[in-house]
Amino acid sequence: MALRNVRHYPGFLAMTVACLVILYAPLLVVMAYSFNDSTSITNWGGVSLRWYTDVFTGPEAPRFKAAAWNSLTIAVIAATSATAIATAAALAMLRAGGFKGRSLTYALINLPLMVPEIVIAVASLIFFSMVGLTPGYLTILIAHITFCIPFAYLPIAARLQGIDGSFEQAARDLYASRAQSFFLILLPLMMPGVVSGYLLAFIISLDDFIITNFVKGAGMETLPTAIYGSVKQGIKPNIMAISTLMLGVSILFVTLSYLINRKGQKSL
Amino acid sequence: MTDAVEIRNAVKRYGNVTALHGVSLTIRDNEFFTLLGPSGCGKTTLLRMIAGFEDVTEGEIRLFGQNIANLEPNHRPVNTVFQHYALFPHMSVIDNVAFGLKMQKVAQDARRKRAAEMLEMVHLSAFADRLPAQLSGGQQQRVALARALAPSPKVLLLDEPLSALDLKLRQAMRVELKQLQEDTGITFIFVTHDQEEALTMSDRIAVMSAGHVQQIGTAQEIYEAPVNRFVADFIGETNLLPVEVLSVRDGRAEVTLPGGHRLQVAAAGQGIGKHHLSIRPERMALTEAGDLQAVVDRVVYLGTDRQVIARLEDGTPLHLRLQNSDRVAVPAPGKRVGLAVEAGAARLLAD
Ligand SMILES: Nc1ncnc2c1ncn2[C@@H]1O[C@H](COP(=O)(O)OP(=O)(O)OP(=O)(O)O)[C@@H](O)[C@H]1O
Ligand SMILES: [Mg+2]
Repeated sequence: MALRNVRHYPGFLAMTVACLVILYAPLLVVMAYSFNDSTSITNWGGVSLRWYTDVFTGPEAPRFKAAAWNSLTIAVIAATSATAIATAAALAMLRAGGFKGRSLTYALINLPLMVPEIVIAVASLIFFSMVGLTPGYLTILIAHITFCIPFAYLPIAARLQGIDGSFEQAARDLYASRAQSFFLILLPLMMPGVVSGYLLAFIISLDDFIITNFVKGAGMETLPTAIYGSVKQGIKPNIMAISTLMLGVSILFVTLSYLINRKGQKSL
Repeated sequence: MTDAVEIRNAVKRYGNVTALHGVSLTIRDNEFFTLLGPSGCGKTTLLRMIAGFEDVTEGEIRLFGQNIANLEPNHRPVNTVFQHYALFPHMSVIDNVAFGLKMQKVAQDARRKRAAEMLEMVHLSAFADRLPAQLSGGQQQRVALARALAPSPKVLLLDEPLSALDLKLRQAMRVELKQLQEDTGITFIFVTHDQEEALTMSDRIAVMSAGHVQQIGTAQEIYEAPVNRFVADFIGETNLLPVEVLSVRDGRAEVTLPGGHRLQVAAAGQGIGKHHLSIRPERMALTEAGDLQAVVDRVVYLGTDRQVIARLEDGTPLHLRLQNSDRVAVPAPGKRVGLAVEAGAARLLAD
């Protein structure tokens, strides 16, 4: 008897629908109600952009703007640093031959992905206070660079692994120095992985709440902590608008990361 | 004249794997030299040591008299055609070919001109602006060749560059490569496991096996005068017969073949005792009165010739080649025939 397609198992449709609803219904509701003209968050009062206007010009606008600026600058610096460090790490792991402690290094690079975020958050807070760093912009930045590294590392290392060592050897053979062979040959070939890693790190930094909330100190806000702060005062429709905006940015970046990676895959 | 490459007692170990056991070779300037041997015998390893991608564990390599142990690959006047070409995928064909010159700081105009000449030489001028992925395997192979030759290296290393091509293209490229080597006067070191390729192109061949050089010589020397069983068996087709040397006098040995027949052959320093004899299939003929008696077992039609498998009295099989011609009679299986071994065709081997 031929194997039956998974679609023919009993209950397949019901399960699929249940999963999709649980995953996406809340997001769809938030997106839809962000365009609600009513001040209530449950009653529909017609379509309008008033809550988007409110985000940019309303009473909470200065707070959101400052938080957005912090989020953006932290994400840019953290993603850039993490990408540079992850690229160096990938080169050491995959191009330096076998060295002592290679497996251990691999584990250390990727461990932050496995450690519960709350543990990292608490540990970071304790560490910063022990070394005498006042919680603020700098502590958020250091924490973000740290937890972004494994996210940047994964696509970069995956890409590098797919690049045959003979390209660099051919470059060296044709009189390129080590640096030239890296910048003229290997880096361009790694680029899709590097960009993809950068975008992933960027979005992870932009979205982070738990760790940021622990190490940010008083008066310093990023967008997620500012949203949380507002929600604690009671949910207003402007939160739905700002959440939808963030969702849009996230989807954009993840899609870009995916597309760049896929394009690169084809060109090798 | 100094030799192009001189390898003295080169040993290569990877951890506890020994890839090369004390290889010594001298490659002359302007020579088409081939490293021939089965998979895993260390050909690529030797080539990579000359190019500078692998350290030499022991021994030394000299390039035109200079010890190159401490030279980085980019400081060796040696270029490589890689087995899978390793063309830079993000650069156009012309930029690939000009890369070596760019690294040597040749001015843009001069390197463009030279790269264009190189592309013309390999008949690819029309493809200058394409990316490597937009070329066929054969075209990529030519680009790799043009790229490696553009900086006019003193030695060109080629690692099985024809293995990815189909038979017709491979045969055409053999002729072209040989022609190119003669025209440029560059020393070629060519790696292959295909003995036909080695025989048709090389000035000299080093036959390797298991990290050792077994024999170095011209195609004719290694084919007609193999020094041992490995070489005799690896190069072409042969009949290897266990024989007993009964007496040696004046460089001639009298041997007993399986089945008891006696034969006079040239001795190359072997003493009395058990040895092996190599007889090439095409150097035996069927005769009416041949003194070596055999029974035809099978006849296989191969186009240009026929393979005849005959058995000696004790059942030892012997392969013969009969030219496909009206003048040569085809024996029927089961027929009793006489075999004549050409004078000098039977070769007594060292081991
Ligand atoms: N990096 C390495 N580490 C360990 N062993 C190696 C390494 N490179 C090669 N070897 C071993 O050295 C031996 C020679 O390898 P080499 O690649 O030179 O063979 P080859 O003659 O080129 O074979 P082929 O015709 O298959 O390309 C092989 O037994 C191989 O397993
Ligand atoms: Mg090889």
